[in-house]
Amino acid sequence: MRIAASRWTHLITGPLVRAEPQYRTSVVRRSGSQRRPLRNYRCLMAARADRQVSHRSFISYIDKSREYYSASGFDQPYCWAAFDEVPFSPHTKPLAECNVAVVTTSFLHHHDSAHGAPATGKQVYAHPVADVPDSMFTSDLSWDKQATHTDDTESFLPIEALQQLADNGTIGSLNHRFFGVPTEYSQRKTGLDADQIATWCAQDGVDIALLVPL
Amino acid sequence: MCHQTVSLVSRHLESQGITTIVVGSARDIVEECGVARMLFVDFPLGNPCGKPGDRDMQQSIVSLALGVATTAIAPRTTVQAPEQWGSDDWRAAFMRVDDSNIDALRAAGDKRRAAQAAGSGKG
Repeated sequence: MRIAASRWTHLITGPLVRAEPQYRTSVVRRSGSQRRPLRNYRCLMAARADRQVSHRSFISYIDKSREYYSASGFDQPYCWAAFDEVPFSPHTKPLAECNVAVVTTSFLHHHDSAHGAPATGKQVYAHPVADVPDSMFTSDLSWDKQATHTDDTESFLPIEALQQLADNGTIGSLNHRFFGVPTEYSQRKTGLDADQIATWCAQDGVDIALLVPL
Repeated sequence: MCHQTVSLVSRHLESQGITTIVVGSARDIVEECGVARMLFVDFPLGNPCGKPGDRDMQQSIVSLALGVATTAIAPRTTVQAPEQWGSDDWRAAFMRVDDSNIDALRAAGDKRRAAQAAGSGKG
């Protein structure tokens, strides 16, 4: 299924703003009987607002986690990675010819472990998409365990969804294996894992990586 | 931590010439790190590809992610998925800190630090 650009371009918040809103226009009489449309921004805003907010609606997890751990007595806040420069590879290949791989932070269950899988000592891994288990080990990760659950792997590891897109020709193929990366506090260790995943992607001829954190 | 991890991986893959897109719900962590493309799904952490059991929603989100992956023309492109969770209760409840739980949080933190100190003392 191909996504029509008009469906989503109005939602872009980055540098890709494309869609021109359909402004209501009114006509004002000007001297010399010239008629000219006036964009009625104020009416437009009132008409479009579903709700009003006094603060941003999406959560800042950097703020939340800092306040939570500070209240728990951890006074030194975690310093999150922040870069000024962002690598970017313009995409040129038709989607219908692309090999797509998934990168997840969930892990396979280790049935020889009392907790399902080790919360420490995890290793970056690759696993066949033809052998996705019914459940993945996620309980050691910091997702919202009150609001939801991870019993449906497709909600964070979209293998079936991508396979359907491969079957109907939207993408060229789903890569024959997906990749798992441990969540490390050490950004240096994550760099080593990233290098391993890049090597696997090169071996497999991956064109697009869909990275899905919990 | 998951969002920072995949953001770092995304940056590395992108530098190797692989097109990447992060599909996630912790927008600030991903954007501060800085990635080529993000599909922001404004859901509780855990189901960035759609609600559990909702195959249509999951298919829609994954399709949109691929659309963004193939059409973005500059880094730091964030698109917000139109899907909605249906309630907002989770926003305040997650990692809540207020008068009702601050003593319990402090006690749990003390216990955790004591365990860490005992573990490090074992050499």
